Amino acid sequence: MSELQLVTGGEAVAHAMRQIDPDVVPVYPITPQTPIIQGFAKFVADGKAHGEIVSVESEHSAMSAAVGAALAGARTITATSSQGLALMAEVVYIAAAMRAPIVMALGNRALSGPINIHCDHSDSMLIRDAGVIQLFVENAQEAYDVMVMAPRIAERPEVLLPVVVCQDGFTITHSAEPVELLSDEEVRRFVGEYRVPYPLLDVAHPTTQGPFAMPDYYYELRHQQIIAMDAALAAIDEVAAEFETLTGRRYRSLERYRLDGARRAVVALGSTAGTVKEAVDLLRAQGDPVGLLRLGSFRPFPSAAVAEALADVDTVVVLDRADSPGGAPPLHAEIATALYGSGGELESHVYGLGGRDLRLAEARELLAGRLPTYVGLRSEACPA
Amino acid sequence: MGELRPWQALAAGGTLAPAEVERPVTGGWRSDLRPEADLGRCVNCLLCWVYCPDSAVVLDGETFIGFDLDHCKGCEICAEACPTGAIAMVADDE
Repeated sequence: MSELQLVTGGEAVAHAMRQIDPDVVPVYPITPQTPIIQGFAKFVADGKAHGEIVSVESEHSAMSAAVGAALAGARTITATSSQGLALMAEVVYIAAAMRAPIVMALGNRALSGPINIHCDHSDSMLIRDAGVIQLFVENAQEAYDVMVMAPRIAERPEVLLPVVVCQDGFTITHSAEPVELLSDEEVRRFVGEYRVPYPLLDVAHPTTQGPFAMPDYYYELRHQQIIAMDAALAAIDEVAAEFETLTGRRYRSLERYRLDGARRAVVALGSTAGTVKEAVDLLRAQGDPVGLLRLGSFRPFPSAAVAEALADVDTVVVLDRADSPGGAPPLHAEIATALYGSGGELESHVYGLGGRDLRLAEARELLAGRLPTYVGLRSEACPA
Repeated sequence: MGELRPWQALAAGGTLAPAEVERPVTGGWRSDLRPEADLGRCVNCLLCWVYCPDSAVVLDGETFIGFDLDHCKGCEICAEACPTGAIAMVADDE
């Protein structure tokens, strides 16, 4: 029993939260995430969801409360963007280390400075190594779908890691699209009961959680996160397969778009993939063998599948919506590692920082091989 | 804990059950004072038990019976909190 509604990505995620009906939602508002928590808060105020919203004084506190709640035995969701994630970052590492299956909706936004409110992926990349799962969506429908799947992935016993559902700020969070919502009952059944192995509120079985670890144990406990993240690739696939039987929509850690016979292929994250697909279609219509590989999961990074998908492509064109001054941009570094020794050409491009659009014409030029490293960067004066 | 366990043997996040936890004696670095109770003056209000930062006040059920000197640091908070003056701090070497 599905229902089509015209909603923004932010509203779609608020609906997913209403239907998941988490126990605890510690959150602090920040653009462009605010519509998510505002929408959810309205559902709670209207009696349509029952979660305890904890209005904390900062994102550092939001993530701290989320860790406590998730480990206590409460299904916990939070949401943030940019500076909020930066302020959370310290505790995001602890959430992963304590194996707290928190779900976070992220409205991707450029990190300051200069201060900016629009999309790029620098906030996600800031927590790249925190040990949290990061799933990137292309549109509002996928934001909803992945949000519904996220608790299932996070709470798998072999995973037990936070899941961040990354949607491009404004481009997805604030753009209305027709979104097919599941019925409340379907979502309730799909997500099931929340379970963690050692709930703090199980006072009959007390535990010590987050113990101090000296050089004799720290390394072993960090290693657990690597094993859990490796297990997450299969978990994502299995949960997505189950979701497909419910909806007919299949989410993948990587999406191959017209890669068959492609000589040149773009690799990208997020909403830009939609623009590139349009450009691929236009060029394919005139006989150019081009394609797209969209990463649905950045952490875990599906390295082997990437190598397999791009094995026959002559030139791989990586689009990074974040840079790393003095080093390789993050997506480029991953792709280069995945393709090491395969012999193909690799091009690295940075685009879209601070919300600058990647236009269709630029996507076509990228596929045709005619753009410099820094796409859309202004190096000469032009009319405003 | 005579041996170091491999990563596979550790619970997720390093969570420990009580039986796995070492209980080190920390009273060894107590200040040179220790609390002594005059049970004749104690009214069993348990304020010392509430205030003790080291959970070193020992109860039998809900009745005060004394101090756990393996964990007491000699901070004197119990003596300050006691409303009847039943707790005196005495030199550790007495």
